[in-house]
Amino acid sequence: MAALRRTLQSLCRISREKSSTLRRLPSQNAAIVCRNASAWTFVPDSPPDTLGETTKMNLFQSLTSAMDIALSTDQTAVIFGEDVAFGGVFRCTVGLADKYGKDRVFNTPLCEQGIVGFGIGMASVGATAIAEIQFADYIYPAFDQIVNEAAKFRYRSGNVFDVGGLTIRAPWGAVGHGALYHSQSPEAFFSHVPGIKVVIPRSPIQAKGLLLSCIRDKNPCIFFEPKVLYRAAVEQVPVGDYMIPLEEAEVLVEGSDVTLVAWGTQLHVMHEVARLAQEKLGVSCEVIDLKTIVPWDAETVCKSVKKTGRLLVAHEAPITGGFAGEVAATVQAECFLHLEAPIQRVCGYDTPFPHIFEPFYLPDKWRCLEAVKKMINF
Amino acid sequence: MEEHNPFSDTTSFKRSKHNVRQEITAVGEDKPLFPGASSSYTEKLKFLGGDVYDPIPVYRVMNKMGSIIDPSQDPGLDQAFVEKMYKSMTKLNAMDKIMYESQRQGRISFYMTSYGEEGTHIGSAAALDDKDIIYGQYREGGVLLWRDFPLEKMMNQCYGNNEDAGKGRQMPVHYGSKEHSFAAISSPLATQMPHAAGAAFALKRAGLDICTVCYFGDGAASEGDAHAALNFAATLDAPCIFFCRNNGYAISTPTSEQYRGDGIACRGPAYGITSIRVDGNDVFAVYNATKSAREIAVTESKPVLIEAMTYRIGHHSTSDDSSAYRSVDEVKYWDKEDHPIGRLRNYMLSKDWWDVDREKAWMVEVKKEVMQKFQAAEKLKKPSPQYMLTDVFDKPSKRLSQQAEELKKHVQQYKEHYPTDKFDEL
Repeated sequence: MAALRRTLQSLCRISREKSSTLRRLPSQNAAIVCRNASAWTFVPDSPPDTLGETTKMNLFQSLTSAMDIALSTDQTAVIFGEDVAFGGVFRCTVGLADKYGKDRVFNTPLCEQGIVGFGIGMASVGATAIAEIQFADYIYPAFDQIVNEAAKFRYRSGNVFDVGGLTIRAPWGAVGHGALYHSQSPEAFFSHVPGIKVVIPRSPIQAKGLLLSCIRDKNPCIFFEPKVLYRAAVEQVPVGDYMIPLEEAEVLVEGSDVTLVAWGTQLHVMHEVARLAQEKLGVSCEVIDLKTIVPWDAETVCKSVKKTGRLLVAHEAPITGGFAGEVAATVQAECFLHLEAPIQRVCGYDTPFPHIFEPFYLPDKWRCLEAVKKMINF
Repeated sequence: MEEHNPFSDTTSFKRSKHNVRQEITAVGEDKPLFPGASSSYTEKLKFLGGDVYDPIPVYRVMNKMGSIIDPSQDPGLDQAFVEKMYKSMTKLNAMDKIMYESQRQGRISFYMTSYGEEGTHIGSAAALDDKDIIYGQYREGGVLLWRDFPLEKMMNQCYGNNEDAGKGRQMPVHYGSKEHSFAAISSPLATQMPHAAGAAFALKRAGLDICTVCYFGDGAASEGDAHAALNFAATLDAPCIFFCRNNGYAISTPTSEQYRGDGIACRGPAYGITSIRVDGNDVFAVYNATKSAREIAVTESKPVLIEAMTYRIGHHSTSDDSSAYRSVDEVKYWDKEDHPIGRLRNYMLSKDWWDVDREKAWMVEVKKEVMQKFQAAEKLKKPSPQYMLTDVFDKPSKRLSQQAEELKKHVQQYKEHYPTDKFDEL
């Protein structure tokens, strides 16, 4: 299985291929991900001036930068998992073992429940443990350790013990041809678990700041990394130490007619939906990046829906039991008198994630645009 | 690296010899060069069975009559120390009797006794440094008693009253104390095993000369986490003592349905872990083995596995009637003929360190103490229901703050339908 997994490291390289149909780009840096109807462009953010010097980084480089800073500022911090010592199958830990030593960046046996359990143990005595699960699809063997142990460690001991120093990183989401076990988005499973935080970034700048927040947060965190963005997403990232707050959503594009909520890769699809809705329907969309799945920022979302009166939530994961359901139910309860159309959820179908059918499976911009149309015409 | 931080000392980190690849020296040398094992060739087709070697022997120091068999193995503990061992074991026993009865009377919701396994708790705890961090299963209350964990704290936990450090959130016997280096117990079996390995690794990096000790039963050893923990501890050189209480049963399941190998101890060498099997009813054998294991763990930064053979004399828990799956005669044998408390008492009597009068007086004293603490714990109120919603995170999320408000309003409105008189104010 390890060998099979390793071959997958090349998966995200396809994201650099360019599509001839989408050459009208707002920025030279923008990368196009080619997945037929599910194609979208990555539009870089401008780094805030306050964070100082920047350099061009893709997503995996910005994660390495975050971990480099975490290790240099906290002597108790260690990174471990399957194949992290040579740099990781996605290159996220390149150079760190050489820089910090084999007792701080090391391989573990191939056993996910062991990786998370080991990390919990380290954190239980006050160390900072950054554990890597090679693909989010393989986090389930550690589900018991995450749900019954990490999440409940503080509560069950009356705050006498905690494992706040634990962060679990895992590559996440669709990648073009990852099929059933290299494409999953398992955040909703964890959203039902009080005691852990689940965070998903959309870009290199966000990834670095959010990962550093997770590592330094006093609670166990799961940090899902959209693997299709590892190489595809490139932008100017501050080289210094900075953090982006957890539990806060961000309004990326202001609009007045429809609120679009997403996270991770899907955020970039939403950007295009907003552009298409404006061009084709004359509809003004407000785009929100949720960033933290739990505990989520209902306030920012509800405030937006009270203004627009319409909400579309989209995610790659299957619709039934997906996190969009939680967002929709909360917004319905909080914004009932403001809603002008039923809340729309555009998500993966209730099937396992397929190989050759991926372009038909994903909640692409055309499916999302259709949902916007429906809401406007309701 | 900062100099002052204890974690910055990395010089103690030792490379595992298993990570060093065998060097290919000469072409044609007739030795297997596969990276997966250091071995030799054989031309005989031969499978290895479970009978490839004799079962691992059970190490003992004294016989059932409390006589030291081989003087060279006598740990030579002084009278005060042995008396503390005996008093801790009997105190645990006295507490078990009273708490078990109180559950039968419906005064606490649940209890698990340690009958027959008192020697494993006390013998091992006495050989450890009090700072060594314990990751237990649930049947290790004696370790806490050895470390002078106050009886009232045990009672408070079982009652979930407003003095319970755990704020009444867990079932009875799920003790924990940072002060006593005893991580809070949780119900899922074997989950604590990789924790002990990870914690040991962190302690080693910190340059602290302490180890972790992980207790688990023969049933828990079948969990995947046991495999994970042993393999991680071995490959990552974690100073951790794995202490298995093999008491013959996992609830109703006998060991014959739990495994087919030579118990748990034989698995250790398969992971590259130094291992030993001891008589768990012989407190000195447990003491000696644990003391040596600790020395190996701390000085060599290596895990050690101890399998203590014993017998679960009591029911699995207050929710179990063990006569449904084992004979009364079998239980009687271990209770009357081979009990850790009886064996140590015989040793003390032979040394003239104990007598019938002291036994009687101590039994009255300890029973009185347990009853006093028990009654005091029973009288205390439960914590405020507000504590149901704290400590989920370090700080409450917005949603949890809202839910705390909702709870407060609701309970105020429907007060008469809730047992508010038994709880501190919301």
